[in-house]
Amino acid sequence: MTDLLKLSGVHTHIGRYHILQGIDLSVAQGQTTMLLGRNGAGKTTTLRTIMGLWQASRGEISLAGERIESRTTPDIARLGVGYVPESMAVFSDLTVKENLVLAARDGPLDDSQLEWIFGFFPALRRFWLSRAGSLSGGQKQMLSIARAIIEPRKLLLIDEPTKGLAPAIVVALIECLKEIKRKGATILLVEQNFFAARELGDNVLVMDNGTIVHRGDMAALASDVPLQERLLGLSLETHQ
Amino acid sequence: MMILSGDPPKSRVLTLVLIVIILALAATPFLFPGAKALNVAAKICVFAALVASYDLLLGYTGSVSFAHTMFYGIGSYAIAIALYGMGPNWAAIATGIVAGLPLAALLALAIGLFSLRVAAIFFAMITLAVASAFQVLASQLSWLTGGEDGRSFQLPELLRPGTILISKSLFGFEVNGRILTYYLVFATSAVMILALLRVVNSPFGRVLQAIRENRFRAEALGFRTVFHLTYANCLAALVAAGAGILNALWLRYAGPDTSLSFSIMLDILLMVVIGGMGTIYGAIIGAAIFILAQNYLQSLMGVASKAASEAGLPLLPGLLHPDRWLLWLGLLFIASVYFFPTGVVGRLRNAGAKKAGGVSH
Repeated sequence: MTDLLKLSGVHTHIGRYHILQGIDLSVAQGQTTMLLGRNGAGKTTTLRTIMGLWQASRGEISLAGERIESRTTPDIARLGVGYVPESMAVFSDLTVKENLVLAARDGPLDDSQLEWIFGFFPALRRFWLSRAGSLSGGQKQMLSIARAIIEPRKLLLIDEPTKGLAPAIVVALIECLKEIKRKGATILLVEQNFFAARELGDNVLVMDNGTIVHRGDMAALASDVPLQERLLGLSLETHQ
Repeated sequence: MMILSGDPPKSRVLTLVLIVIILALAATPFLFPGAKALNVAAKICVFAALVASYDLLLGYTGSVSFAHTMFYGIGSYAIAIALYGMGPNWAAIATGIVAGLPLAALLALAIGLFSLRVAAIFFAMITLAVASAFQVLASQLSWLTGGEDGRSFQLPELLRPGTILISKSLFGFEVNGRILTYYLVFATSAVMILALLRVVNSPFGRVLQAIRENRFRAEALGFRTVFHLTYANCLAALVAAGAGILNALWLRYAGPDTSLSFSIMLDILLMVVIGGMGTIYGAIIGAAIFILAQNYLQSLMGVASKAASEAGLPLLPGLLHPDRWLLWLGLLFIASVYFFPTGVVGRLRNAGAKKAGGVSH
């Protein structure tokens, strides 16, 4: 399995804080890699550094063999990286349609892709011409994910998609992500919900204090409660 | 609907108000004879376009610029210098336009590329510094600009008040060069506002709105936000310079007070806020309310004060004394911002949406 994304010795400073302290990780093509860790471990900073929203102060980041650590965020996005930030990041003043048209950037919306998205998130069809700001939390998260997948992307960076959502919405979201996975997408997913992590993850990376402290199979971590307690401070079963 | 770029006023009251304003402006030379009414109407037309161009920046990208009067001044001075230097002919007007518009766009490009990369507050500060420098420059280059006195000039024959195009004996009213100039101002302002409406409703306009909401999120979708913001800055500068050209043509004069002063910048800001940011239509409403109040509030207060005095009411005649018109104008603006935080257009649109059950769920 070839690595689509590779980070070697990546450091990130935010102001005077040294957040990422030498991250080494790789994300295999066509796989879903879970990024777990306690709050403040540096998971979101890792995604934002890959996306160029925070500039890496040291180290190398390569996407499909191409160095991207000094590229701008729009360039990285145009290389085929889709980013779903946490906190239901939609453009509230624009309609659902306009949010998706924006994400399609240079061309018209692909009807078949749109129908596929509507299959998972029927609410988006229902509120097609409504302002995104008037959607519920779950619908905003659906729109945020739909925006990332409306066009084929090489890599999806998704930050806590299930955070704050009702259980029924979480299940629909997991089904959607599974389907995206089946289509061959490569995903780096930050997730605190164990059920989601176990269902979706092929591989797992655990972070602590700005470094990777564990890498392995998600299934192996899911079945090893003592390891979970050592790495995450509590078992994943109690963390869902 | 095509002419409005698929963005109608979305409120019956707003539509009615806009129709009344536009019809009144279109018929001013015949409905309200007299120089003052025509001057007020021309100023509303010019400022509606100027404020709409500022709304493209403030309302649609969230960028606060203090250099807008500079672009307005560039347009005014370009036409004034050309007509003063080359004499009252159409070639001079064409030269003023050809020199003024690209100069405004190039300056906006330079300011945008240097300052739109950084935080919004730096953009505001840089525009303030550049505008101040330009004001001093215009005042110092008196051999070119006329310094503090400005430049007066004559218009081509066709646009002069003495040129009778339709005599009174024909239709019962006279159409002269002054009225033709008014319609030139009216039509050009309308075209510029409609063009801005087209811009904000295009995919480019949606990107601007996305940037206003969250610049990083827009970048994460692959949009080079500096390019979009700079382009918007250039478009706004072009329209502001266009409004400046119209203002100079109307006044037959360009000077620091009429085209570069910071009080004009404050007026623009007030008009955007009163009309409603991010609406374009707000520019028409804001300009109409503000300029009508500026020109007629004093006389209106005089009438009210006299009536109160005749009725023997205590305090009121003094409070409504015409000399206190600026105080009342200020209070009126505070009240309008307090009661219409989203501007007149925002308030009317929200009311229209609620009435139509516009909230989707």
